[in-house]
This record gives sequence, structure tokens and C-alpha cells, in this order.
Amino acid sequence: MTRPLLDIEGLTKHYPITEGVLRNEVGRVRAVDGVSFTVDRGETLGLVGESGCGKSTAATAALRLEEPTDGRIVFDGADVTAFGDAELKRFRRRAQMVFQDPTSSFDPRMSIGESVAEPLRVHGMRDRAKRRRIVGDLLERVGLDAADMDRYPHEFSGGQKQRIGLARALVINPDLIVADEPVSALDVSVQADILDLIDRLQSAFGLAILVISHDMGVVREVCDRVAVMYLGEIVETASTEELFEDPKHPYTRALLASTPVADPRQRGQGASLSGDVPSPSDPPPGCRFHTRCPEVIPDESYDLDDATWRAVLNLRLRAESAGIDVAAVREYAAADDDDDTTAVDPAAVRAAIREEFDVPAELPDPDAEAAVAAALDRIVDGDVEAAADRLGEAFPTVCRRERPELVPTDTDLAAAEWRAIKGFRVWVATLVDESAETVTGRVRERCGEGADREGEVDRLAVRAAFRLPEPLSDSAAERAVGAAVDALLAGRAGDAADELYDAFGPLRESACHLG
Amino acid sequence: MSAEPLLSIRDLRTVFHTDDGLVRAVDGVSFDIGRGETVCIVGESGSGKTVTGESITRLIRTPPGEIAAGEIVFDGQDLTALSDEALRALRGDRIAHVFQNPQGALNPVYTVGWQIVEAIRLHEDVSKGAARDRAVDLLDRVGIPEATRRFDDYPHEFSGGMKQRVSIAMALATNPDLLIADEPTTALDVTIQNQILSLLDDLQTEFDMSVLLITHDLGVVAEVADRVVVMYAGKVMERGGVFDVFEQPSHPYTRALLDCLPGRGDGAASIGGRLPSSTDPPAGCRFHPRCEHAVDACREGEQPPDYAVDGDDDHVVSCVHYEPGGDPSVVRGGGDDAGSGDAVDDDGGDGRGSGAVGTPPADRTLRAESLGDDGSDADREDRA
Repeated sequence: MTRPLLDIEGLTKHYPITEGVLRNEVGRVRAVDGVSFTVDRGETLGLVGESGCGKSTAATAALRLEEPTDGRIVFDGADVTAFGDAELKRFRRRAQMVFQDPTSSFDPRMSIGESVAEPLRVHGMRDRAKRRRIVGDLLERVGLDAADMDRYPHEFSGGQKQRIGLARALVINPDLIVADEPVSALDVSVQADILDLIDRLQSAFGLAILVISHDMGVVREVCDRVAVMYLGEIVETASTEELFEDPKHPYTRALLASTPVADPRQRGQGASLSGDVPSPSDPPPGCRFHTRCPEVIPDESYDLDDATWRAVLNLRLRAESAGIDVAAVREYAAADDDDDTTAVDPAAVRAAIREEFDVPAELPDPDAEAAVAAALDRIVDGDVEAAADRLGEAFPTVCRRERPELVPTDTDLAAAEWRAIKGFRVWVATLVDESAETVTGRVRERCGEGADREGEVDRLAVRAAFRLPEPLSDSAAERAVGAAVDALLAGRAGDAADELYDAFGPLRESACHLG
Repeated sequence: MSAEPLLSIRDLRTVFHTDDGLVRAVDGVSFDIGRGETVCIVGESGSGKTVTGESITRLIRTPPGEIAAGEIVFDGQDLTALSDEALRALRGDRIAHVFQNPQGALNPVYTVGWQIVEAIRLHEDVSKGAARDRAVDLLDRVGIPEATRRFDDYPHEFSGGMKQRVSIAMALATNPDLLIADEPTTALDVTIQNQILSLLDDLQTEFDMSVLLITHDLGVVAEVADRVVVMYAGKVMERGGVFDVFEQPSHPYTRALLDCLPGRGDGAASIGGRLPSSTDPPAGCRFHPRCEHAVDACREGEQPPDYAVDGDDDHVVSCVHYEPGGDPSVVRGGGDDAGSGDAVDDDGGDGRGSGAVGTPPADRTLRAESLGDDGSDADREDRA
């Protein structure tokens, strides 16, 4: 195994929400919130999730089309986050993007030959005849005719335009292609063509491809590995096969179950996910999926099934967000009788609330029932806050209390250790092309604080600087990290990176308190 | 189905007069919708599925559109003969529409509650209070949490899925007999799509209505349809019960459409070529330029008539291989879709022998040219 072409670590993109003339920041939309992944040469990684989960932002931030708020991007041994303008331009020659809508991504007044050749011109190829030769050759490789280069975008179908989009992305011989929903605007009958073309181009050019899609079917078709995103975070990564055979995260399971299957015998089997995606400007604490998760972890002290627990938790969460309007419930409960809403029987109001949240009229667990009944009484009295306190106390869940982090599922590593290793690895990856002296210098700079009395940076200093406990809980990981630290201290950053990427190649990860 | 269908469309032809010529968007479409039944029209973009749905209540813009021929019999009444005024009374009352984009279906400057009340009071003489109660009830039934409170909210305060629920509530306001839903979930995420589809299913039972669902997504069809109408280039290729169509897809187009679904883990095969020109469709079967089983009989005359599949009158297919005396196994290929050219040639003899072909078209060279121009992707890849 070699080093990946792209290593993204802790990528974050926040958009400030400002108010007033002074543009005071009053909040921020956490579009992408600490996302890490790698893409190998010749590999297709899928970034999948619902709209608004930040998958497109993650991709544009990774190419620095938008300035990331935080995080490190290492592309072929260079730190993209540190690039100046000239380096950035060089980088963009090697990383290209293909967009969703093939129609709006072409200038209608330019022939497609000009459009495809434009990147060549931008990057300084002045010889027109040569440009035409390259464009003609490329058009043929994507399944069109060289003679098509003098025609205009409107003369092509959507599928053909997407082929031209691919040709334009490939014309300057990039190493990485980011394809944002490459087939969602196309009919199914041409989708397969384009997906197949992407596959073939990848093997022909040895490309690394990042595919962004909301469609599990598309992802399954072209991707080698998949990262599932929810509300700005990656919740699971796995090889495509593993992900579809054995999804670990409840969100992945829900996403797969929601995808309709073209088999009428299997209808109605997709478990429905309740509710909408919460706003990324105010993401829920703990696990961001806990507000919708059908498998949210119940408190051990109660004997409730998953659905009832979910219902009680929904009641709690709504009360906490002050979303229960007692007057409205009263009106609803009274709707059938008369207009005097103050005289409504409290029992009817309580029943109406239970009905609204699918909480059974009486919970099977007496303690739980007592807590819910007490809370409902407070709601009827108009004190939703007290009810929220009562419910919050009575129905805690680890999913709301603690934020789960990505953990490799097949190792004994703890989340913090894994985070430290990834941070270490991405730092080492920026040094692979440097000389031994530079590496030693950078190590001294980075880990100087932990140096011993003689000012010598040793193994312990490096491990302390990167928060790598010794020993790590996983023996294989410990061996690799130990070897990497030794190689680094000897100035051999390339070997150190190889050690780390070999040991922690694309691991299967999941961020969930379950298991 | 022995009972009289609720809606019966016969030989519907809807055309558009455009600068490029006459576009036959819907060209001789026939199907029925029974009471309480869900019928799905499925097809690619440009197949005429949306125009079919819009023709029913004449939502198409006239001119340039025109229902040139055909009958649309709704509950014993021919809608094509109805005056605009009578149709307007029917539209939104007994026949309601839900569209793909809920944003466009709701007026941003009125509260959602007010819009539902308006829909109710437009068709029924009820007091504002009664209409309001019913609107709240409807919002509640389509799964809007705390309907009483959300009644006075504006459309922008709802998420996409919630907006679609509101527009469904509005469509249901008058207790319609037929709900025409055109790609109601296409703009939504899969997890929300699932919610909306199961909602439609529940409501259909509750309101005892028929649903005509128009979609490009075979997954959605499999999820909700009782019966399926497969359209291609303005023509019905195949129609039948959902199990028949999915388990015994008979038209080569239906089979190809099922084969090109990505992500079933067995590799997706695309349909080569592209939709034929809308102003100058090919003679014979509209699908023949892209069909691997095409024989001479497919290339001449009119679209083949509907032939019963295995003697089942509820499952019909417009393909010459199914005519009496023909050999459908050519298309079905004994489970293997590879479809060797030999088999097609062998049976081409049968197809020709039937003599069921019409007059040969005059403009075949023209057609060939325009098709060549369209450029079959598959061909080009073969060359490359």
C-alpha cells in the first residue's frame, strides 16, 4: 500500500451568521464540522448523505474553492492549507471538479471545443493546434467524436454534456477529480453510461475520484469506499461492500432502508425515519443523529422498547426546545366540543399530547409512567420548562450526553487515540518530500516543549506533542506508531508516513455509542 | 376489475404546436384507474408522462398545447367535452394535483392555514370557522406536528418535506376522488421520500381515493403502485399489475429500464442511444432504434397494438414479438438478457410473416439522418 493522494484531517467549514451594521457574529452554521478522510490513487471514495449534510461543502473546502475554517489538507505530500496563490493554481491543475448540472456548467456561446480547451489556455498552453489535438483525442476517449468540438452545448443531450464535462476535467491531466452529483440530473437510462465511463476513465488515467452523491445506488455502483455524512460530520466509513452488507451506524441503516427497491415484493419494508434534519446552525448536542435515531440508546433503568423510548425522548426533546404550545394543544383537544378552551378537561389535554407524540396511554414501566405523568401535569399547568427539567432528569440518554467520535471498528483503539494518530499521520504526511535536516528541524519545532534537559527531542517528546499515549491500546497500532516515531526522529519522514498509512490504511470507522 | 373504472383514458393525443413543428407529446395513450387504486406512470424525461397527467384536467397551456383526440372519462363524464368553467369546478375538487416542487405550489405571502381554508371554501359553502377546523385536522392528518400552532405559519417556515405535506393537505381539502401526484417526492431526500410515500398510502385508504402517481423512479413505483403504465416517447409500451410488470417485464424497454438501475450490485446496463426526436418520431415502434430485439416489423408502420401477455388482458405490451403466433421468448431471452443477434434474426421471419405492418413511412432517410445526428452513445463507444 502506498500513501494516499489526498488526506483530509479535521476539515471544518463554518459560515458566520452576522447581525447589525457591525456584522457581529451571532452564531455560525457548522456546515462541515471536523471531517477526515483519505483518497488513494486509483480509488473512488463516495461522500454520501442527505441534502444539507455538508457533503458538497466538504468537497469544495477540500479543494480550497472555499477557504476552510480549520483542518489540514495534504495532497501528494504537500500541505494545501499553506499554499500561496501560485501553488494553489498548480494544485488546481491537478485537482478538477465535475458538476451536477451539465447544462449550466457550459457557456452556451462557446463551442464545446473551446470550453474543453479553456483549462489548457488558463494553464498556459498557447499552441492552438496542439490544444485542438488534445481536445479531439479526449472527446473520443469520453465517447464522442473529435469533430464534435466545433458544436455548441445545446446540440448535445444531458448525458453527452456530462461526458464533455468529464473531458474538460481531464484535459489538463489531473490526479484527482471531484464529481459533485455527477448523474443526478440525468435519466436513469444514461446514468449507467456515465458511471461506467467514470469507472473506465479512472483505470485509464489512474485517477483518484471523490464522488458526492445522495443516491446510495450510484455510490454502490462506482465507489470503492464510502463515507456517510450527517449534519457536517462523518458517521461511518467503510468499503462499499461492507457498508451495504453490514452497515454499522444507525443512520447508514436508515438511509439504506429508506432507499426504495425496485421490487414490489419488498414494499413497506423500509423503516421510516421520523422528523427532518436539524439545522446545522444549532446542531443537537451529543450524537447529532439522536433526535431522529430509531436505535437511540435507552436508559438501563427502564424496561421500554425502542419505539416507546423514541416517543418519550421525542416528548422530552420537544419540551426542551420549548416547542410545546399548551394553548394550541388545548384548542386541539377542545376542537370537537366548544370554543371555551380554558374549560377543557386536563385529562383530554394530557391524552392529546400523548397522542401527538405516540406515547402510549400508559407506559409499561411504572417509573417511566410516573415521570411522564408528572411532566404532563406540568405542561397542562403551563409550565413547559419544569416539564422539560423533569423529563430530562428522568430520561437521560448517552446519545445526547456524549458526542461519539469515529472509532476504527476492527481495532482496540480508543477514539482519542485514533484522533491523535490521524493528527500525527497527516502532519508527517506534509514532510515526506523534505530532506532529513528539514524534517529534524520541523520535529524540533513542533515537539520542542517536551525536549529533555539537553534540548534533545526524543520519542517521548514526540508522543507527548501529538498526545499519543504509550503504549496504545492496540498492539499493532503501537508497533506502527513506535516505528513511525523512530523513523521520524531519524529524519525519514517518508518511511514514517509509510508505516502509518500501511498500518492505518482505509480502516472501517463508525461513530456511535452502540457497540 | 369488474366495476366501472373511475377514470378511463382512451387514445389520448396531446400535441404542442411549436416553431420546430408539431410535438406529439402524448400519442394514443389508453389506461384505466380503478376506484381506490394507485396507478403509476413511469418513464424517462420526455416520455409524455407529465403531459398525460396534466391533460386529464387540461392543465396544459392552450395554445400551444391541444388535446387533439381521445376520451378522458371520469366517473361517466367525458372531460374533453367539458367547458373550461365546468372543468375548473372539478379541478381541485374531485380531482386534485400534487406537484414536484411544493415551493411553487404554495403562495409565499399567505399562511399555509389560510391557503387550505381558501381551497376548502372555493369548492364548498362552509363557514370560516368550520373550514379552519377542517384545515387543522388535515394538517394533523398529513403529519404536521402541532398543527394548531403551525396553521398560522408561512410556507418558508416549513422544510421541504413539510411543505410537500402541506400541499398534500391542500389537495385533500375537498376530499377528492382522484389525486394526481406528479413526481411528489423527487425533490426530497430519501428519508423524507419514504415518509411522504407511506403518508400517501395511508391517506389513500383513509380517504378512499384513487391515485395517479407520475414518476421516473422505479423504486417508488415498486413501493406504491397497484398497476403500472410504462411510457416512452408519448406511447404506452407496457401496462399491467405491479407484480406482472416487475416480475415479468415484457417490453424490451421495460426490461432495459429495470436493467439500468444503479446499485443493485450486479452492474447496471445502460440503454444505448437517446430519446427520439419529439417532432419527428421514428416509424413503427418508437423504441426500435434503441432496441436490441428490433426486427423489420418493428421499423415500419405504427406503434404495435397492445398484445396480451400470456393471455392476460390486464397485462398488455406494445411489441410485435407478442402478437398472436409470435415468439415472446426472443425478448425474454430465457433469463439471459444478452440477446444474441442470431435469435433475433431467426424470429424476424415470424414478425414479418404476420403482415401486421402499416404503410412504410415516406421520410425514412430523413429520420435516419436525424437519428444519426443524435448520436447513439453505445455505437460510439463500440467504435472507440
